[in-house]
Amino acid sequence: MIETQDLSKQFNDFWAVEGVTLSVKPGQILALLGQNGAGKTTTVRMLTALLSPTRGWARVAGYDVSRQGGKVRAAVGVLTEQHGLYMRMTGVEYLDFFGKVYRLDADGRKSRSDYLLDYFGLAQASSHRIGEYSKGMRQKLALARALMHEPPVLLLDEPTSAMDPESARLVRDEIARLKSSQRTIVICTHNLAEAETLADIIAIIYKGRILMTGTLDELKQKVLGTPEYEALFSSPWKLNGMKVPDGATLIDRSDFRLRFRIENPREINPLMLRELAAMNAPLVAFQEVPRSLEQVYLKVMAEVQASRPEMIHA
Amino acid sequence: MRDDLRVIWLIASRELRDQFRDWRILSPLLILTLAFPVLMNEVAHQAVAFFAKYGTNLIADRLVPFSVLIIGFFPITISLVVALESFVGEKERGTIEPLLSAPLENWQLYFGKLLVGILTPLAASFLSIGLYMFMVSHQRLHMPSFYTMIMLMTLTIAHAILMVSAAIVISAQSTSVRAANLLASFIVIPVAVLMQGESVLMFWGTDQVLWLAVAAVIVMSGLLVRLGISHFEREYLLGREFDSLNWRWILRTFWVSFRGEAKSPFGWYRLEVRKVMRRLAVPMLIILTLAVMGYFASYDWAMVNIPRLLPNASTQDMKELVNGARNSTGLAQTGQHLSAAFIFGNNVRATFLILLGGAVSFSVLGLIVYLVNVGLIGAVLGIFKLLGYSPAVLFAAGLLPHGIFEIPALMLSSAIVLQIGAALVTPQTGKSMGQVVLELLADWAKIFLGVVIPLLAVAAVIEAYVTPSILLSVMK
Repeated sequence: MIETQDLSKQFNDFWAVEGVTLSVKPGQILALLGQNGAGKTTTVRMLTALLSPTRGWARVAGYDVSRQGGKVRAAVGVLTEQHGLYMRMTGVEYLDFFGKVYRLDADGRKSRSDYLLDYFGLAQASSHRIGEYSKGMRQKLALARALMHEPPVLLLDEPTSAMDPESARLVRDEIARLKSSQRTIVICTHNLAEAETLADIIAIIYKGRILMTGTLDELKQKVLGTPEYEALFSSPWKLNGMKVPDGATLIDRSDFRLRFRIENPREINPLMLRELAAMNAPLVAFQEVPRSLEQVYLKVMAEVQASRPEMIHA
Repeated sequence: MRDDLRVIWLIASRELRDQFRDWRILSPLLILTLAFPVLMNEVAHQAVAFFAKYGTNLIADRLVPFSVLIIGFFPITISLVVALESFVGEKERGTIEPLLSAPLENWQLYFGKLLVGILTPLAASFLSIGLYMFMVSHQRLHMPSFYTMIMLMTLTIAHAILMVSAAIVISAQSTSVRAANLLASFIVIPVAVLMQGESVLMFWGTDQVLWLAVAAVIVMSGLLVRLGISHFEREYLLGREFDSLNWRWILRTFWVSFRGEAKSPFGWYRLEVRKVMRRLAVPMLIILTLAVMGYFASYDWAMVNIPRLLPNASTQDMKELVNGARNSTGLAQTGQHLSAAFIFGNNVRATFLILLGGAVSFSVLGLIVYLVNVGLIGAVLGIFKLLGYSPAVLFAAGLLPHGIFEIPALMLSSAIVLQIGAALVTPQTGKSMGQVVLELLADWAKIFLGVVIPLLAVAAVIEAYVTPSILLSVMK
């Protein structure tokens, strides 16, 4: 579990992170989104007890980052921005070295490194020097290092950057598996589709401050407004006196399509479908108008850059 | 505990293995380590033949130990690069963060790096020395005794520890390998100068003093290690990216610390100077004890040795001694009467010397300068005792009038330097090394400007215009 309250870090006169309050439970994934230099890495470094907070506090896996740094580091697996691989070591030596650093016994080291090398498709290259690995292989090895000691908390900075689509899929599957085994995971990423797929909570950080936190639906609701749904027809169809349920507003119409803004889809959508069926509408599909995290993110950024201070901590 | 120590070896062994896989580190190290003894052997061979022609066998005898000292030193300077880039090199390559994120204690990381930093140069040194001794044993050169070899090996180990511990401090505090390499001159040059002194002692043949040098180097290394660990912060290794000199920050940090909470000069004395003075209670006690010990030791030395040495000295020797003393203190230029300004300048210079000496040696050299001053008083009074004067009367008439002000000033300057040395090797959580140094300098400035300068000014006036009259009336 990760909890922070007013977590802040100042370097000389510059506040790199200010007033970050977060809560990520076991089995949840938090995606930290933001521009380069927004404060993601500084936040992760504070959560790893590498930087001490100037103000506020953070508890990671039940340990205070300011006072129990060693215990925090033992409970956390970190994938750093730079892979930090020793190029003259072989893959298996590298994992074995970190296994020893994390005080795993010989059997534990062997079984974990065998499993991880195999899972990430590095088994064949395990006796090659890391310097000979491709970018994607290095990324996978760095991720394997972070997972070596099976930490309850994972802090992953750009986990799939530089990977080919198959490898990225493999990593995403592994992250999803870790989530289901009750790990607490924080991902810093610029890959919004990935964040959308994996994250339970999304936090957008800008100039060291959290602009927004919430589930994807909450953010969409906050930023893009009430969700829109559309009914698609196989042949031209008119409303012909159809009663639009309360809470839904017709915003656009054509022969083959009706578009509604629906306040509470869980309650309203069944009523809407019943009404359409009762009217014998030649319904082909009734679906949400796609609204991506990318739209949310770009809108938030555009508004904050246009100096909309009310966006902050919305 | 055993597991904790095993981690140190784990860090060191990984790096050792890395080095042995890098031909760019290994080949120059091996070539220079093996080539230098061959070259030195040839030089020693020629030099011995040359000295033998003039019958200076003592120099020839000492040439091999001297060569061993030099041969042991060179590989250390070459492989110092390993220690210099231990932290900052990993930072530049981006490999430091996973290591810092691991559950390792600061001291484990530090000693791991220190160990590998020491092992490589020592292995190279011993390899070089071994090769040289093998060549010496096959020639008609004078082989050093076992005792001398033990001393030389100990000196080599002491040099390696000193240089590597300084290099690790630099590496942990630098922001780039380039900066660390530039700063390496501050290690190599002082140790080279130290070695010149050791070489003189070696030719002079005073083993006891050489052992003292070994002890001093080891103490210094210990203090450097302590300094390094005290100021080792993961945060500073990751947080600082540039070597830019931030004058605004430097001046502001110094000024904030110097001014403190004071709002007026009177308030500054009342609050800030007093605060530092209170912190100096223990250092002052140490300084006072050292003063008493130094005084009596030099007084006793003068009483015992001068009667023994004087009969052997010629008139020429005595003239040279007097002229030397006059020239060294500038007395020859000032005539018979010393002005207050001259005395004041001289004393201020002494307090600066104490600070400078202390700053580069964790107070050790500063305290030596202080002890020399105290020792001079004891020796001079001892000499006057031999000439038939009462030391107590001379002390009261010739020293006490201005000494009431001058001696506390000297003691305070030394106490604050002792305090600086102690603070440097004490962990200061949340502060960078630069901040600690600036705050300590501000403390020194408070004492220097607030107390020492006024005391020295009063002392100089009394010493120039009052003490001579009192002393003359007593001597008559």
